[in-house]
Amino acid sequence: MGAHSHKSVNLTDRYVFDGAGQRRVIIGMVVGLAMFALGVILMISGVGMSHDDHGASAGHGTEVHATAGHDAHAAAPADHGKTDAHAEAGHDAKATAGHDTHAAAGHEAAAGHADHHGPTWLTRVYANLWLNSLFFFGIALCGVFFVAINYAAWAGWSAGFIRIPMAFGSYLPVGGAFILAVFLLGHSELFHWTDASLYDKASPNFDPILDGKKAFLNLPFYLSRMVFFIGVWFLLWRMIRALSIKEDAEGGPKVTKFYDKIIVLAAVFIITFAVGTSMMAWDWTMSIDSHWYSTLFGWYHFASWWVSALSTIALTVIYLKEKGHLQHVNENHIHDLGKFMFGFSVFWTYLWFSQFMLIYYANIPEEIAYFYNRIDAWDQHYRLGFFFMLVPNFLFPLLFLMTRASKRSFLLIKIAAFAILGGHYLDFYNMIMPGTAKDLGGFGFTEFGALLFFACLFIYVVSKSVASLPLVPKNHPMLEESIHHDI
Amino acid sequence: MSAATNFLVGVYEDDDVIMQACADIRQQGVKIHEVYSPFPIHGIDPILGYKRSRLNVAAFMFGITGTIIAFSMQVIMMGYDWPMNIGGKPQVAVPSFVPVSFEMTILMASLGMVFTFLVVSGLGPGARKLVLDPRFSDDKFILAIDVDKNKLSMEDMANLLKRTGATEVSHKEVTA
Repeated sequence: MGAHSHKSVNLTDRYVFDGAGQRRVIIGMVVGLAMFALGVILMISGVGMSHDDHGASAGHGTEVHATAGHDAHAAAPADHGKTDAHAEAGHDAKATAGHDTHAAAGHEAAAGHADHHGPTWLTRVYANLWLNSLFFFGIALCGVFFVAINYAAWAGWSAGFIRIPMAFGSYLPVGGAFILAVFLLGHSELFHWTDASLYDKASPNFDPILDGKKAFLNLPFYLSRMVFFIGVWFLLWRMIRALSIKEDAEGGPKVTKFYDKIIVLAAVFIITFAVGTSMMAWDWTMSIDSHWYSTLFGWYHFASWWVSALSTIALTVIYLKEKGHLQHVNENHIHDLGKFMFGFSVFWTYLWFSQFMLIYYANIPEEIAYFYNRIDAWDQHYRLGFFFMLVPNFLFPLLFLMTRASKRSFLLIKIAAFAILGGHYLDFYNMIMPGTAKDLGGFGFTEFGALLFFACLFIYVVSKSVASLPLVPKNHPMLEESIHHDI
Repeated sequence: MSAATNFLVGVYEDDDVIMQACADIRQQGVKIHEVYSPFPIHGIDPILGYKRSRLNVAAFMFGITGTIIAFSMQVIMMGYDWPMNIGGKPQVAVPSFVPVSFEMTILMASLGMVFTFLVVSGLGPGARKLVLDPRFSDDKFILAIDVDKNKLSMEDMANLLKRTGATEVSHKEVTA
């Protein structure tokens, strides 16, 4: 039918981020900050900050040990392995005393470990800032990635709303600055490996495992690749956006030179994105649990960002449509975004499960430490959230978005998008908190305040950027195809 | 065996023309037997009044069947029929059952879909399909009307075909 019905597009369609809208978002930011401050004050005064009952007591290690042994099922060989691995980590004395448990977890998990202070309220605050910085930076970055893959694939369907994900890139410098600032200020709270005494052979803290990783995991190299990738991504986004603006001004029918140039930039972006997100996943998230590693972690981390970004794109497009903009975008486009959300929710689950199942099945101490912290440690502190996230991230999108009709309904896509965003925030929480805040992790004013602040900041920056350009790239060669998109 | 079927066959040159023709012909109350084209014409299904395929429902049913078969098979074998101690895991270790259940879901859903499609479409080994004009596999678009199922006279319908853009109109009798 699409080929016949005549469809037009309002080329001068522009979103206005007016004073009232700005005020609302800024109020959100202020409320978020206030909640965050209140949470911090409450934490300093000790509310909700008691370590789990056993945490402070001397029996800490023994208790953990008992749980671990019970959990491992194959008690004898597993324990043997643990002792071995532990000896390697240079804690022989403690291993024989049966005080500590896992090779990696034991070292980091034990709150009362000599010379290494446990988490405090400050750790939890930094961990929160880090979590939100990463989560929203990833959404912005994956918005640009969406633009890049759509250009590189010569995709037509998305041309009508490609300016929306393109606007996400405006958050890159803000989010990047937050990441850099939080790292510089809080790295000693967040990243065990930044402790210099770990690499000092004379120190009792000397850690042969981390010493072996020193060539990669050291501050100068870490910071330089962080700055490099954030910078490259930001620059490429600027160049793509500039070309798109130029196309509006100088392009016209049968002019594809701007489009062709964007395709080249998009291809470069995709390469740096693929390498960069993988490395940043190791750096920013995986290195929190610094002894542990997983070879598919980069993919898993990317999948979480990507599906969140797709949900955010769908939400923004639907919001603008409800405000009377983007009238040429219809349920066919939303259907395709819904397919993306559906597909990548399953993709995320595939990676989550691949990582979980192999480690669960092999039950090797240095690997299982990661899941031990998330499932059993600290009186199963993170267990509920860890398994619950499979509901909004997998079961709900799978069943809810399975039918064609649900993917074509704006309301249902909105519900699914919020569920996915919440679920992946929880996923990031589960990636970051157990390794940093340990038994102090939880949901309180700090968490909700920080989330509200960052969400409003993201909305503010992106709305400004959306309002700065016409919503429709009027000389985009694929615009006509997008308007007539019909599935 | 059965009586011959009378077909009125219109040959069109363009997919846009035949789409419009289908809409116009149906508006006159004439039932279209089938449209044959060298490639799938996007958007013609609703014009011909076809309902959405329910193949996806069949796929879901087959998939769920696969999941249930694979999962219960593993639970019965590993949990009750021949319990084995593998790495000290519980006998019914659900995570380790997921890959097999997943693969079986995919296998059942895909094979089930293929066979359902073959049966529903009357395809399969030895199937003979009606070819009213072989040029539909080259560069022509063919519209066939079953004359006996329509009230209009043959001339009226032939004129209708011509008026809507058919370059050739012929009458074909097919004995099934």
